[in-house]
Amino acid sequence: MAATAKRMIALLSVGLASGCWSGGQGGRGTDVEIDGSSTVYPLSEAVAEEIRTAHPEIRVTVAKKGTGGGMERFSAGEIDICDASREMTKAEAELCAEAGVRFDRFPIAYDGIAVCVNPKNDWCDGLTVEQLKEIFRLDSPIQKWSDLNPDWPDEEIKLFGPGADSGTFDIFKEEVLGEDTKSRTGYTQSEEDMVLVNGVKADERALGYFGFSYYVENTDGLKVLGINAGDGGFIKPTNETISNNTYVPLSRPLYIYVNLDSFQDPKVANFVKFYLDNAAELANDVNHVPVGAEITADNQAKFKELSSDVAKPVGG
Amino acid sequence: MTNLAAEQELMARYRQRKRLLSKLFGAVCLMAMISCVAILAFLLISVLWRGFDYLGWDLIRNLPSRSAAKAGIWVYLIGSLWLIGLTTLFAVPLGVGAALYLEEYAAESRWKRIVQLNIANLAGVPSIVYGLLGLGIFVYILNLGQSILAGALTLTLVVLPIVILASQEALRAVPGSIRQASYALGATRWQTTWRQVLPAAMPGIMTGVILAVSRALGEAAPLVAMGAVQYVDRAPTSVWDTFSALPLAIFYWAMHSKPEFHDLAAAAIIVLLVVLISLNMVAAFVRYRFGKKVRW
Repeated sequence: MAATAKRMIALLSVGLASGCWSGGQGGRGTDVEIDGSSTVYPLSEAVAEEIRTAHPEIRVTVAKKGTGGGMERFSAGEIDICDASREMTKAEAELCAEAGVRFDRFPIAYDGIAVCVNPKNDWCDGLTVEQLKEIFRLDSPIQKWSDLNPDWPDEEIKLFGPGADSGTFDIFKEEVLGEDTKSRTGYTQSEEDMVLVNGVKADERALGYFGFSYYVENTDGLKVLGINAGDGGFIKPTNETISNNTYVPLSRPLYIYVNLDSFQDPKVANFVKFYLDNAAELANDVNHVPVGAEITADNQAKFKELSSDVAKPVGG
Repeated sequence: MTNLAAEQELMARYRQRKRLLSKLFGAVCLMAMISCVAILAFLLISVLWRGFDYLGWDLIRNLPSRSAAKAGIWVYLIGSLWLIGLTTLFAVPLGVGAALYLEEYAAESRWKRIVQLNIANLAGVPSIVYGLLGLGIFVYILNLGQSILAGALTLTLVVLPIVILASQEALRAVPGSIRQASYALGATRWQTTWRQVLPAAMPGIMTGVILAVSRALGEAAPLVAMGAVQYVDRAPTSVWDTFSALPLAIFYWAMHSKPEFHDLAAAAIIVLLVVLISLNMVAAFVRYRFGKKVRW
């Protein structure tokens, strides 16, 4: 009895001692900590990969808890950079202000939301934003394709869309459903875009929406729909229509939010500079729509301004 | 006479029916076994088939990359090895100690029954709950940060009930007469436990430990919840380092927008299986050695 008890006590005290001793040491060995949107993740990963050769001394980690999860950590000052597939909300900005986190943001690429059907679907080539709203709003009366258009088949629409933690869902809800309309329930929702792609690929009655890059990599199993915002014709998402803002309302800029206190560390600043200089080129590799030369120049100008601000004494 | 013949015929038909039923049941069991093996074989073959092209030293050695041809699992593999190493270090002494106390020392009481019930229930708690617990306790309260140490402690919570239950089973299987004989020769409870009971129970305990470690190796959810990252540019070198693990790489790659990453995920699964099988072989060896030592 005594021996076991002693051993247990010894183990426990070792555990506690190491706990106290370690205060604040966890997660060391990283210079730039990034978290946030899983949509932006591939781009941040590509930048982190390239900086291994350009600046081998800068240590980078990237996590992908989603824009909301990343913002929570960012506003607590836990991370240096937050990947975001939407703008920071007011509530999140207030949290930053409370915690004394100063920040700035840079647009680094565009992403579109592709609305897709199965290639065997030969009746539907495009939908209006009004129709999308009718389909995806709460208590939607639309159960069959024929409910949208009497000429279309009398068959159930199988819906696929991102889950509520996803930035894609947030944008769709905001742009298509509007502030006051709740989203429909009772259809296949997943945070993993690939699940949605596979769902639409497998069923000719399917209709789904997900990140544009997932459409680009799976064009043979999907048919993308044109979207009519009410003024123009049906516009399909392409690199051009997304970056020149004609594919509305389902395109969005992607951002990185940079903690300005971290920015004082030259390693973080160098990483951000490298990110801004190379984002456009690397975006193509990961099937994001690159920002134009103008935005890249804007970003670089903003970077210079921030660097000179940082060089000034604090409070100046 | 006619009555007897009719009865005999009835019995014969009855026996025949019973025999048929018995054979049928055997066939059903065989089908169940075959479908299990077939599912397993299908999974293994499809994984091997898909992942085979990516197997090689480059897969093991390379760092994460945006292109499937250059991506490798080095940081994930080493992260996973650190995790299971530390988890074993924490979970085995704690788990076996707790089992020894419950089986060899604790008196039968309501208190012991409550503890026993709780351990059995904890074994069924979804692992993500432990992940959140780990985030609260190890990452924030003990301030270990999102380090490999905090990750291993979180996995220790996940596997501890498994280790305790398996060790208890093993200890219970040691015949009571062995303990009585040891006491009769004047041994203390400590001597009895350490020299007789524990070595005899060791093969069973090892089986439990290996099951637990395999579980720890395959877990992704609790690690994501407690803050493992997806991209890290070097393998961890100390317990304070940020880390990632093999299941995270597999999950990310399997859901990647580029289809070639799905094959890479299959290759990573093969590596995970190889690590798992090696661990099992070590356990089998240890079991064999201990099994030989025990001679009453």
